[in-house]
Amino acid sequence: MRHTLAVLVENRPGVLTRVAGLFSRRGYNIESLAVGTTEDPKVSRMTIVVDGDDHVIEQVCKQLYKLVDVIRLDDITHEEHVDRELILIKVDADPSTRGEIVQIVEIFRARIVDIGKDSLIIEATGDQGKINAIESALVPFGIREVVRTGKIAMVRGAKYRHE
Amino acid sequence: MQVAKSDPLTGAQIVMRALEEEGVDTVFGFPGGAVLFLYDALYACSSIRHILVRHEQGAAHAADAYARATGKPGVCFATSGPGATNLVTGITNAYMDSVPMVAFTGQVSLDLLGRDSFQEADITGITLPVTKHNFLVKDVGDLARIIHEAFHIASTGRPGPVLVDLPKDVTAAKADFVWPPKMQLPGYRVPKNGHGVNVPQWVEVLSRSERPVIYAGGGVITSGASSELLKLAEKCQIPVTTTLMGKGCFPEDHFLSLGMLGMHGTAYANYAVTNCDLLIALGARFDDRVTGSIASFAPQAQVIHVDIDPAEIGKNVLVQIPVVGDVRQVLATVLPALPELKHEAWLAQVEEWKKQYPLRYERSDTQIKPQQVIESISNLADDQTIVCTDVGQHQMWAAQYYRARRPRTFISSGGLGTMGFGLPAGIGAQVGRPEANVWVIAGDGSLQMTVQELATITQHDLPVKIAIIDNGYLGMVRQWQELFCEGRYSHTRITGPDYVKLAEAYGIPGYRIEDPGQVREALEQAKAMEGPVILDFVVCCEENVFPMVPPGGSLTEMLGNGR
Ligand SMILES: Cc1ncc(C[n+]2csc(CCOP(=O)(O)OP(=O)(O)O)c2C)c(N)n1
Repeated sequence: MRHTLAVLVENRPGVLTRVAGLFSRRGYNIESLAVGTTEDPKVSRMTIVVDGDDHVIEQVCKQLYKLVDVIRLDDITHEEHVDRELILIKVDADPSTRGEIVQIVEIFRARIVDIGKDSLIIEATGDQGKINAIESALVPFGIREVVRTGKIAMVRGAKYRHE
Repeated sequence: MQVAKSDPLTGAQIVMRALEEEGVDTVFGFPGGAVLFLYDALYACSSIRHILVRHEQGAAHAADAYARATGKPGVCFATSGPGATNLVTGITNAYMDSVPMVAFTGQVSLDLLGRDSFQEADITGITLPVTKHNFLVKDVGDLARIIHEAFHIASTGRPGPVLVDLPKDVTAAKADFVWPPKMQLPGYRVPKNGHGVNVPQWVEVLSRSERPVIYAGGGVITSGASSELLKLAEKCQIPVTTTLMGKGCFPEDHFLSLGMLGMHGTAYANYAVTNCDLLIALGARFDDRVTGSIASFAPQAQVIHVDIDPAEIGKNVLVQIPVVGDVRQVLATVLPALPELKHEAWLAQVEEWKKQYPLRYERSDTQIKPQQVIESISNLADDQTIVCTDVGQHQMWAAQYYRARRPRTFISSGGLGTMGFGLPAGIGAQVGRPEANVWVIAGDGSLQMTVQELATITQHDLPVKIAIIDNGYLGMVRQWQELFCEGRYSHTRITGPDYVKLAEAYGIPGYRIEDPGQVREALEQAKAMEGPVILDFVVCCEENVFPMVPPGGSLTEMLGNGR
């Protein structure tokens, strides 16, 4: 099963390598990893999506928690949380298909952020389901390029305190 | 906080001062350009002894064994690039066996970093997976703090090696020396002592158990829990088997001792574990060399697992009673509450197995048997004697036939199985415990991997006794080839030098022993001699280590059992 881990780490050079290296050397598969700073400049937050059975996830968490740079780790899969991903899609668009594409973009409340001679760049944010849906809706037109940020997530309600 | 009133120090001087503050009296190392200033500061530092090795791998192994023998973190120095990469095997060895170690490496100056400069290696990158943590020091102002953190991380919780990479200009730059510095480790957690230990549950489970076994690992030694373990075993009458790393944590001449378990463990230990209804795992990690096939490992047992590293619990086997904490603290908590128990039927069964399947080998009047050499060393040894082994058959025979009675007296490369560990380990142990008799039990193949450290022994006047179990083969691999490759001995026949002449070349007395009748006498004479000795025991070359659980097999399916 897919799990979403919220990991607070020290904002230091090499931290990403430590985390990513742990996954690769122990043979765990990262589905996505998004990282950025938090309200505290000394602390970064990683949102890691990892797939595996309970045993694998437990090991992932325990091994991550052992890293000296990991300040806090929460498996928020089963907590109420909001998650978002950003996608940019460059899609073939000639005058005959443009209208249809614009419709799809509207349905998904996405945006067109660039118009080329025979292509469009579309930006969408949303949970994974929505992102997958818009991507597959655009497939028939001919997708040239896709870039996704990976998921970021935040638990609803009271803020986590990191002691 | 104490603020220094004196003048600022150079980075190199800060390193020395910090080492002194950490109580370091010995460093194993090898100099070079990037550590020029470090060695210059060492020259002026009278309280720290430096042992010059002949290869950095030797420095790391010596520091490792120093730590195992003394319980204090081992420290080593190497220069940048090749010096640093030469440390890697030794660091990995310490990592696999959870040995506290702090390795200092030189690095090119900050302005040259990342440009593939002369003797530059990304050693923090290289050692990322084999260190507990590592640091690249970019500012001399951080140096004292980082060293303090390095020692703290290396020696607390589950110990391990920590590397500190020191750019040359950082060792030259100056800063005020502030000690103790304020640590900045918000993410470093040492598990609280005995977290989750439920005393009534222990009492209940132990009281209900009819066939309990204690499986003790290196964590018992690390936490200093030997006397608690002895109390537990005696109070509740539970037989104790140890891992290779745990050897010595429980006296092996005790009637409750089962010796080592696992691939080359005793048959009675393996039968006891397979038939037990309660397995109390203390500071051990269920390595595959111990468990064999997981599916058939202790199939009827409830498992209590005590370990300081939460990640070890449930990693390889299912555990019903997990306890995260220091073994000594946990045992000290539960011991007073535990009732005195008797398991007469169970102990009688164990005794029966011991009689039926003892460790044994066929003696010979014409050829020296490797087991005979080790048995004789064991008989000669006192409680303080330290044995360091290399890796291979001789290591397993040492594990089987050497009866370790005290913690920190049996030093061997467990998790990594590093050939070449023995000799430098003997150096580290002897330096750490100068009053102890130190024996190196070496394979002829393994010895040749770090044989240059004989010069270190001579230069530093170390009275290490070296017993070579000389079978002319890479014996353990040859054994596998015999058993699993239809006897095709592919590249396992190995020649060596004339060890007597080699010894002489290094200024060490050396003897070759070929007659089984002279083994005991040679060992006694070596023991009586003041300095180092090399004994080349020419042994029966196709002897095998039995019993043996084939890799992945179950513990009761032992080859060479009941011969
Ligand atoms: C550095 C290293 N290389 C290779 C091996 C694989 N290996 C394990 S045991 C062994 C044979 C060891 O031979 P020797 O030291 O002569 O000891 P013996 O088994 O003959 O007692 C080898 C090659 C190893 N453990 N370490």
